[in-house]
Amino acid sequence: MTARSDEADRLWAALGDPMRIHLLDLLLERGEATASTLAASLPITRQGVAKHLAVLERDGLVTARRSGREVRYAVREEGLDQAGAAMARIAARWDTRLTAIKKLAERAAKAAGGD
Amino acid sequence: MVPDAIEREIVIDAPPSVVWGIVTEAQHVAGWFSDEAEVDLRPGGRMLLTWRGHGTYEGRVETVDPPRVFAFRWQTRQGEFSETNSTLVVMTLEAQHAGTRLRVVESGFGTLPWSDATRARYADENAKGWLSELDELRDYVGRAVAASRER
Repeated sequence: MTARSDEADRLWAALGDPMRIHLLDLLLERGEATASTLAASLPITRQGVAKHLAVLERDGLVTARRSGREVRYAVREEGLDQAGAAMARIAARWDTRLTAIKKLAERAAKAAGGD
Repeated sequence: MVPDAIEREIVIDAPPSVVWGIVTEAQHVAGWFSDEAEVDLRPGGRMLLTWRGHGTYEGRVETVDPPRVFAFRWQTRQGEFSETNSTLVVMTLEAQHAGTRLRVVESGFGTLPWSDATRARYADENAKGWLSELDELRDYVGRAVAASRER
């Protein structure tokens, strides 16, 4: 039996904040954007947006590209695919656990039935 | 597409009363889930789940409705437990013939507020890969269960 993977932990930490999810959504709709233009459509400051973008960049969910004086952000699709793959691994772990529960329960039922 | 919930189920040749004990008692939780477990089996009760080499993750019992529903939260990362750093696991036991259909839903991965546009776009692009992975898993489990039946 295994605990959660470090990689999955990081992705959850990155995706666990509703504002970061909202930022990803906006970036997916716009393709590319700066912290300032994102902040213009959000109830938080440019600095707040920049902090969230930094977390998303660190965990591989967005890329930052310097263009003149501004930094333009975009969703890193491989990062999202990894998040999907992490979910598939969680499903696989549950299958392993359910199979273990099945074995334990069927053994216990047999023992109780005396056969 | 990043789904917010994982849902899996299995059919067990044992009545719900037996499956309930396996699912909720610490000695058994330490068999199918973690390496060591403490479970205070009442709503709000603390769970401590330890994996050798990974350390201890804290959980909290949410629902105890024997022998039908057992729900708990467990941390996505170590540290202080909270609802924002844990996922919710709901295990539902349903009597079926002489056995039990056990369903598990783990949710709360923090990915709910995707817009419909995003969801549709990503569903198109990624659903195929995602679904084929699940199909592979289903086949794998089918074989594993068949193999355990033959023993």
